[in-house]
Parts: sequence; C-alpha cells; structure tokens
Amino acid sequence: MQVAIVKYNAGNIHSVVHALRRLDVEPILTDNPTLLQQADKVIFPGVGEAATTMRYLQNTGLGTVIKNLKNPVLGICLGMQLLCKHSEEGNVDALGVFDVPVKKFTWTPGIKIPHMGWNQIEQLKSGLFSQCTENSYVYFVHSYYVPVCEHTIATTLYNGPFSAALHKDNFYATQFHPEKSGDVGSLILEQFLQL
Amino acid sequence: MLAKRIIPCLDVKDGKVVKGVNFVNFRDAGDPAELGAFYSKAGADELVILDITASHEGRKTFTDVVERVAANVSIPFTVGGGINELSDVERLLKAGADKVSINSAALRNPDLINQIAENFGSQVCVVAIDAKQEENGEWVCYLNGGRIPTQRKLVEWAVEAQQRGAGEILFTSMSHDGVKTGYPNEALAALADALTIPVIASGGAGAMEHFKDAFELGKADAALAASVFHFGEIKIDELKDYLKTQNIPVR
Repeated sequence: MQVAIVKYNAGNIHSVVHALRRLDVEPILTDNPTLLQQADKVIFPGVGEAATTMRYLQNTGLGTVIKNLKNPVLGICLGMQLLCKHSEEGNVDALGVFDVPVKKFTWTPGIKIPHMGWNQIEQLKSGLFSQCTENSYVYFVHSYYVPVCEHTIATTLYNGPFSAALHKDNFYATQFHPEKSGDVGSLILEQFLQL
Repeated sequence: MLAKRIIPCLDVKDGKVVKGVNFVNFRDAGDPAELGAFYSKAGADELVILDITASHEGRKTFTDVVERVAANVSIPFTVGGGINELSDVERLLKAGADKVSINSAALRNPDLINQIAENFGSQVCVVAIDAKQEENGEWVCYLNGGRIPTQRKLVEWAVEAQQRGAGEILFTSMSHDGVKTGYPNEALAALADALTIPVIASGGAGAMEHFKDAFELGKADAALAASVFHFGEIKIDELKDYLKTQNIPVR
C-alpha cells in the first residue's frame, strides 16, 4: 500500500510517519501532485497557524491539488481545519471541502485554551471508529474548533460539543491526533488505511 | 470530559534515565525509549524527557534519544534541558518531540518564548519554572536546575510567560522535589487562578493521595513524577483506578 503524507510548511509530520511505521507502513512524504493523486491513501497532517499555511498552499498550488483528490484523504488537526470553508485564525478562507467555518474557543472561567490533552469522542458515526468504543480517549491540542455540522462523525465536549471528526465523500478528518493517541489512535489509523 | 494527565518524567544523562533526589545524587533507572514505551502501555498520558545536565554544562539534549522515543512511543512527549535558541527547538521537533520545555533560557532571554510561539505555535512551548518558597513565604524562581536564585517571583513570571506565548507551565517546587510529602497545592492553585493555560504540577509526589490533592486543591491540569514511577512505588494503572474512585476524570 502506498500512503502519501502531504509535505508542506507545517509541523507534526514526523509523528505521523512514526505512527504509520508502527503499523508496518512506510509512507512517502511528498508535495508532488501526481504522487499524491496516485497514492492509495493521503494524509494531510498539520500543526501550525491557519493563515500562514493557507497562503503557502495557495502559492504552491498544493491547495487545489488536495481539494480535488479522489482517493481517501485524512486531514489531521490543522489539516482538518484547512479542509473547512473559513478559519477565524487569521480570518482566512480555507479549502472548502467541508462547508463549515472554524471558530475560536471562547474563554470562560475554568476553561483552558488551548484545549490540550485527552478527551472523549462520542456519537461515533463512521467506519473509521469501527474498532473503538464510544467515549474512547484521544489526544487533542487546539485553540480553534469546528462546530457540529452535517459532516460530523464524532463529537467531543469542551465548553459545549464540537466536531472531533468529519467525513464527506473521500475526505475524512480528525481534530485530534490519532498518531499521538496511543492504541485507540493506532486503531483509527488502521481503519483509515483499510477504507 | 477532558482528563487530568499523569506524566512520568524521565531525567536523562548520557542516554540513561536517572533521578535526582533534590537535584543531587543520581540513581540509574534504565533506557529512555524502553521506559517511555513501558509507561505509554501502562497508561501514562504524556512523557517529559529532560536532559538534566545540559543546562549546567551547556550540553545539547541527546537528539538520538528523542528520535528513539518518537519511534517507539505513541503518546505525546515534551523534551527539555539545554534549549537556548530557536535552532535547538527546531532540531528537537524534527527529531520527533511534540513540545519543548524551556527553563533557564526563558528566564535569561524571555523573548525566546515569543520566538518559539511565533515559529512553532504556543502548543509547542512549555515554560518550566523551578521555584522555592523563601522564609517570607514568597516563591522565588531559580536558574540552572535550582542552583541560582533570581529576582523573579513564581506567579508574576508565569503570567509573563503566558502573555509571551507559553502553551503550558510546568512548575517544580524545589522545596518539595524528592521529599515525597506532596505537591505545593497552594502555590499551584495560585498559578491556576492567575493563568488561562494548563499547569503541570511537579515535585513532591510520594503517595496516590498527593496526585488527587494536586488536581483538587492545586487545580492542576496534569501531575508529573519520576522516582515513584521508576522504582515502582506507584503503578500508573493503579493510580488511575484510585483517581477514578475519587471522581477525578482520568483516561
């Protein structure tokens, strides 16, 4: 199986590589449109700032390549947010695969921002989660979130419910980091590879 | 519900895990990658790996240790010790660390916090503070693993670090570290009240109740310990079972 990880100006790519290797998959790291289109699976990871990253994706043409992919794509964290319509982070238009905005968590007393640590995923509605149970814990680090919408396939509670994962056509996305979520995360990645 | 985090700390010297009692007298406790994977399986929520001698002797954290841990461990981990400039941060993140912890370098050059946050995001930047309670009750920040006192006060420095872009505060009490009488819960609560970013309690764990107290009385988001885990005095799965019975949300 050929798994391509989108190579761009964002962090967190190495931990995805390590997580796939633990599943006996040696991914390629590439920004080559043909290699991305031909891969069996594409992972679009990301830790970084939305506006800076979007500018890079637009300037390089990589954004257009990603949103037109027909093979299964998994966006992770910032990767998921960049697949949405618009982000309040840097007030930037994103790739628009998911027709939903990305909002900033509102600070209220007792709520820490970023939302950092292990939280539970609920209302699981996808084959991506066929090997995990409701209320499994996964690892999050983010200050912006996607509201619950028609594409939501898992929710998490933090100052109200938000989208922990999204799905539309060949696009899947998780706000949490499966590559850092221990055994549960490995099972989710494994399911994505089997789609 | 967001879980309270249990974080074993691996103090590393010459590629091996050691633990200082009150920051002196070391004892060997094994290979960092192996121990890290063991803790990950046992239910640890994160790891912190500190190159404890780096700050004192100016040595760089061992990048190969970080790479081996990244390959073997599927939970987040923070690396600290000897990080003085942005290039150190870049090297460690490339090696696979999720976050970096800066301590003395941040006190000497607070702008480093801004630089890390701007280049890699706040979530990467953990500001570690070693502080000691003076006889007048004030908490004073220390440099170089607790060797040199500064003019900085604990809460005031933590607030500045947050304003500069720190994503988390890791607070170690020099007065409590290695003594096993519990975490400094009053000081922790003062930090939690003054900050909007998460606080990691460090230094003083000797019994399971101490973790509960750090979360309840100290309002900490995470609790870190080393020797009680390394020497098997407290087992992480048993600790989590205990915390569940005390209605503390844990994974």
